[in-house]
Amino acid sequence: MQKTSAEISGMGHSMKRKEDSRFIQGKGNYVDDVNLPGMVYGHMVRSPYAHARLKSINTDAAKKVPGVLAIITGEDLAKANLAWMPTLSNDKQMVLATGKVLFQAQEVAFVVAEDRYAAADAAELVEVEYEELPVLVDPHKAMDADAPLLREDRTEKNNHIFHWEVGDKAATDKAFKEAAVVSKVNALSPRCHPAPLETCGCVADFNKATEKLTVWLTSQAPHVHRTVFALVGGIPEQNIRIISPDIGGGFGNKVPVYPGYVCAVVASLTLGLPVKWIETRSENLQSTGFARDYHMTAEIAADKEGKVKALRVKTLADHGAFNAAAQPTKFPAGLFSICTGSYEFPQSFCEVDGVYTNKAPGGIAYRCSFRVTEAAYLIERAMDVLADDLKMDPVELRKKNFVPAAKFPYKSPLGWTYDSGDYHAAMKLALDTIGYDALLKEQAEKRKKGELMGIGISSFTEIVGAGPAHTFDILGIKMFDSAEIRIHPTGKAICRMGTKSQGQGHETTYAQIVAQELGIPAKDVQVEEGDTDTAPYGLGTYASRSTPTSGAATAMAARKIKEKARKIAAFLLEVSEQDLEWEPGKFFVKGAPSKAKTIQEIAFAAYTNIPPGLEAGLEAVDYYDPPNLTFPFGTYIAVVDIDKGTGEIKVRRFVAVDDCGNIINPMIVEGQIHGGLTEGFAIAFMQEIGYDESGNVQGGTFMDYLIPTAVETPHWETGKTTTPSPHHPFGAKGIGESPNVGSPAAFVNAVVDALSHLGVKHIDMPITPWKVWNILKEKGITG
Amino acid sequence: MAKKELIKLKINGKEREAAAEPRLLLVHFIREALGLTGTHVGCDTSNCGACTVIMNGKTVKSCTVFAVQADGAEVMTVEGLLQNGALHPLQEGFKEEHGLQCGFCTPGMLMSTYALLQKNPQPSEEQIRWGISGNLCRCTGYQNIVKAVQFASKKMAQGGK
Ligand code: FES
Ligand code: FES
Repeated sequence: MQKTSAEISGMGHSMKRKEDSRFIQGKGNYVDDVNLPGMVYGHMVRSPYAHARLKSINTDAAKKVPGVLAIITGEDLAKANLAWMPTLSNDKQMVLATGKVLFQAQEVAFVVAEDRYAAADAAELVEVEYEELPVLVDPHKAMDADAPLLREDRTEKNNHIFHWEVGDKAATDKAFKEAAVVSKVNALSPRCHPAPLETCGCVADFNKATEKLTVWLTSQAPHVHRTVFALVGGIPEQNIRIISPDIGGGFGNKVPVYPGYVCAVVASLTLGLPVKWIETRSENLQSTGFARDYHMTAEIAADKEGKVKALRVKTLADHGAFNAAAQPTKFPAGLFSICTGSYEFPQSFCEVDGVYTNKAPGGIAYRCSFRVTEAAYLIERAMDVLADDLKMDPVELRKKNFVPAAKFPYKSPLGWTYDSGDYHAAMKLALDTIGYDALLKEQAEKRKKGELMGIGISSFTEIVGAGPAHTFDILGIKMFDSAEIRIHPTGKAICRMGTKSQGQGHETTYAQIVAQELGIPAKDVQVEEGDTDTAPYGLGTYASRSTPTSGAATAMAARKIKEKARKIAAFLLEVSEQDLEWEPGKFFVKGAPSKAKTIQEIAFAAYTNIPPGLEAGLEAVDYYDPPNLTFPFGTYIAVVDIDKGTGEIKVRRFVAVDDCGNIINPMIVEGQIHGGLTEGFAIAFMQEIGYDESGNVQGGTFMDYLIPTAVETPHWETGKTTTPSPHHPFGAKGIGESPNVGSPAAFVNAVVDALSHLGVKHIDMPITPWKVWNILKEKGITG
Repeated sequence: MAKKELIKLKINGKEREAAAEPRLLLVHFIREALGLTGTHVGCDTSNCGACTVIMNGKTVKSCTVFAVQADGAEVMTVEGLLQNGALHPLQEGFKEEHGLQCGFCTPGMLMSTYALLQKNPQPSEEQIRWGISGNLCRCTGYQNIVKAVQFASKKMAQGGK
């Protein structure tokens, strides 16, 4: 790819972000900043119980609070057939409880008042009578004969949601029977939460005169949300406008539709006033989109030399009270079947069972392309266990089993076709950067002195960028994505996409794609997303799909424009189209470079001097359906030191080598990696949304659910290799999630490695000092 | 609803006043009564620091201060950083070093680091990390925020302030 000038700032330039100017001046426009005349506030009444029959709701006292305008209950919604709503996983979920509650903090009533304090006061005064029911917390007991039945609304009278399997079971079982070595690990990917710094919320504004509903919504998928509102609420779709304003981080949390949104809309329809609902942090952690909660077992069959023969995976998925994952229809366990990872397994079989428990609903894809984090963690953990069983260096084991670069496109036994990869190259760069051999020596010496040091490797492969449309849809809507570009007469441009940035820097990177393709300086290209009245339809931003889909659509739309620009240039220069050559920003006549027309001159002509037979204007739209997914990969290495006395773990170094194909903006890619690694670090060491036996949530505030500060966060070292995607228009793959997908295994592998000589094979996340200290105590290392 | 009190304060150099219930949090007063929405709310347990402002020369989490406590005070928010229309070196630093992604933590970060550089114009990396330890960021991993502060510190030492 030809590199453009700094003035144009196409791909490969670390252009400073266009969106930053407003954010550094406090002029962002987040949902809670939206302030409309006459706006009123909603507050949710929530269940204190995890499982209870709803006996009665008394709103008399609450209604007396000055300023209270309305109190909506499940019974009220039921009259309008809105007590339940569909989830993005073909399940349904209660908007406000009717009959019973199924998790602590479940939505029971919605209070609307003139200010947010009055709404909160009144919510306190709503009297709800409950009759407690037996609680199901442990997913392993969900299918027991004596387990309480949670979802009485379903025809199936059990707690089983789905069984999903893929691969050749018979061939896999046979490989296990014949294997010289079988290695096994039970690994939990604990329930955690994306916890973007801005919580979820909305402002719903129904205008009774125009019958138009406008909803400002923290939405990663505004178009899909509009369609859901239309289908569920019965409002004609042209009368719904969703505006996703600046979003303070999403990480998957802002993909689902939440009861608060529906209640705010219903309240606005009823009152004819704008209604704002912003959840508190505690509500965010306790009730909206949790992630993971995968209870996994992996077995690897191998020969004595460590060549792998088969992988068998069995998983129990805890989805909470409602299956509210945002998931492609045909994939109830998402893309978990990427679990063969970077390794050439001749056979594999993978099965997942989903169950209900009395916990918050979800199973969302937290900075992950639908269960890919779980899969990457499992295989990278399992490879280390196998290495330990074989007394082999985990690096050697991985190298021995990598899919070799020559074998791409590679068809995995679980059905994916990996587009491209060079795993050895990424591994080598990571090892060289960290100085692996020297570290091994140091570790051996430290062990002699009784000091605890560990090295953890993770050579993950990701799968991102859903579509293609023939395989992927959400609620039937195919997973394409879109871009529309309009060139103004003066040669500047505006583009709109079906995706929605939540901090990833789309206003800059999409502009750079246009700059690369058309030679219009990126600073002259305005990017707008999130307004369903103006942007073309798209499925939104999650699953690292923006660059693979809308990014591709942007390039394709730009190429359509370039084709028309060529015709105009030919007309202006009085030559045939074939006589023209392109360099970024202009067409010139072959062999006569001074005879040229810049893209700006061409744009002007498109409105002022239109060639005969050509339409006026210079614009294009593209709906891009990717032919395949993309498969970013990398090798991460963590080095940890453990304090024998306290169990405290210090990440001394962390090297991340990523390969996300061709890069649009290296600065932004590096920023994504830093952020994702920090989230992975938190998952490995600090975070869990736990529940006690009665279903009380244990990680429901920022006091209990820990977010790393700058002090704990390690210093990140990054590196890259570049293996372009062969099918993407500019060879990109997607990066946002790799660091979150790849890093937990590196951290855990490092800690286990530090303790492996004591016979430790596995420790479940989060690996807290307390857990380590207990192990050290049990092993007699500390007193 | 309790009786409202008139609160007068000086914010970003301007005298402002508005009525507030005694229990109104300063952050809501700033955002809603005064219309300065740069200051954010990220939690309900005083952990995140998105609401950080400078009150009488010291950083405070404005979700943990009542508006009435700020009566007569001098308050600075992110909106007060611009100097004669020019970006403050810290604002420049955040942009130059990619110290923000979603931008939600940024106003609080800017206030904390502004106060840090006032006290300690040349902080070490460790001092910067401790200086922002009351501010959570979910996006950046902090490394580029550290660089942004170093950028500003250097620029201010060269008289760029
Ligand atoms: S809002 Fe989180 S500390 Fe103030
Ligand atoms: S930039 Fe998003 S929280 Fe800091």
